[in-house]
Amino acid sequence: MSVVLDNLDQYLLGMRDTVVLTVLSFALAFLVGVVVAGFRVSPVVPLRAVGAFYVNTVRNTPLVLLLFLFYFGFPKVGLNFAAFTWAIVVLTLYTGAFVAETVRAGINSVSRGQGEAARAVGLSFPQTLGVVVLPQAVRTVIQPLGSIFIALIRNSALVTVISVANLSKTADHISTETAIFVPVYLGVAVAYLLLTVPSGFAVGVLERRFAIKR
Amino acid sequence: MKRQRWLFPIVLLTVALMGAACGKDDSPAVGGDTTATTTAKPSFAADTTMAKLQAKGKIVVGTKFDQPGLGQKNPLTNKVEGFDPEIAKIIAAGIFGGTPASAADKIEFKETTSPNRELFIENGTVDIVVATYTINDARKQRIDFAGPYYVAHQDIMVKADDNSIKSVADLAGKRVCSVRNSTPAGRIRTMVPDADLQEFDTYTLCKEELLNGRTDAVTTDDAILLGFASENPTALKVVGNQFSTEPYGIGLSRGDDAFRTFVNDLLEKSYGDGQWKAAFDATLGKSGVQAPTPPPVDRYTSAGPATTTTAATGDTTTTEAATTTTTAPATTSTTG
Repeated sequence: MSVVLDNLDQYLLGMRDTVVLTVLSFALAFLVGVVVAGFRVSPVVPLRAVGAFYVNTVRNTPLVLLLFLFYFGFPKVGLNFAAFTWAIVVLTLYTGAFVAETVRAGINSVSRGQGEAARAVGLSFPQTLGVVVLPQAVRTVIQPLGSIFIALIRNSALVTVISVANLSKTADHISTETAIFVPVYLGVAVAYLLLTVPSGFAVGVLERRFAIKR
Repeated sequence: MKRQRWLFPIVLLTVALMGAACGKDDSPAVGGDTTATTTAKPSFAADTTMAKLQAKGKIVVGTKFDQPGLGQKNPLTNKVEGFDPEIAKIIAAGIFGGTPASAADKIEFKETTSPNRELFIENGTVDIVVATYTINDARKQRIDFAGPYYVAHQDIMVKADDNSIKSVADLAGKRVCSVRNSTPAGRIRTMVPDADLQEFDTYTLCKEELLNGRTDAVTTDDAILLGFASENPTALKVVGNQFSTEPYGIGLSRGDDAFRTFVNDLLEKSYGDGQWKAAFDATLGKSGVQAPTPPPVDRYTSAGPATTTTAATGDTTTTEAATTTTTAPATTSTTG
């Protein structure tokens, strides 16, 4: 395993890149997801349709395909951003669809009376959602959101196909240069575990702190 | 929702039928007009790879499907065309008898990309790899090479109107595209550390990047670049600064010396009887390039068979042991 220790600095850089990709995309995906979940439960039919269309197309398409389509397709219509930007955009959109469905499940778990009471005291639909329903909804889905975050850490490895730096691309470089294959990738597996396992624990802590005791 | 339950089995059935209809593409590739004398079916000693292939009735050849002139799947005919497939046909003719053109239907072509070639040989997914495969010491730790059957040089392709890049030194600070885990990519990383190296799975994607203006140059072997440039001569050009020597070999299982000697003999024979030149003229030669003198084959001593049967552990032990003795890193190639 000395090859891993010899290239420790590269592994650390790769871990940093993966963390940056994951954290940025998840933050944006959370915003997208909450807004889309709001669309999907809204009384306005066109908004519901837009939300359903987005979730059903993005969530049912392979991530690697989305990366290719966005990165190589949009330049044809004049949208020419850096690969890193497209990586963030695609990871955000993809993860956002899962966040939206999870948050929607959370919204549906909040008892009807809460929403009705909020409307009865004169709150508008956005106010009802933002002030009364969503805070309760998100707390019930901390654990599944955590699973989405961990999935995103692993999914971010796919941005290698559009040449964006991340932990698994690091492994490609090291294995090409050293011609050592299995130990290098075992090292990467360990590096991913170092990111994902603590994330799992952190989610547990968050859940215990914020979950609604019923 | 309940009423649509009947939909599910129907969808499932449709998917299954589609899968069956598409099936595996094993349509044989028939070659160009490679002229050769018909030979009878040769016989081999039992237990040799040649005898096993003959008994199996076909040879699985890994090649590239996206390189004009070298190895490209024709979307209209579904046949794999190019110099590499022609070389594969010469080898097939040596194993199964007949001419390269008639032996073509004994070949099953499988697409290999630069990152997966060693693995395909180690796992037995393919019998041989003929895929613009540069012979180098790092790869010799995992597989063996017959040949070389061609010597290419790394070069640079830019947009036709770009005069700022004339040599490899001009790549400093520029965006350069090559294939992931390939020799050219590794060489750029060593030779021009300042270059912004972009890596994709195929050279076609690199060409797209260049045409989209998101990369300044594509670098790999001149044979590959000439193929792309001849397809699109108004938009692309090859700089003509050859800064490496890439002997293309035929990848096969490590330690299979009998098979390697056999393939080397076949290559030498094809140099003499005009089959090699016919293969070149029918493919790369179409761009107007004269067939070069074929390179002498390199009958080096193999590092021996892989020590264990399982690819994973065998790989670990052999490559680690090997790297301590190898001074040349993967990015420097051996000259043939």
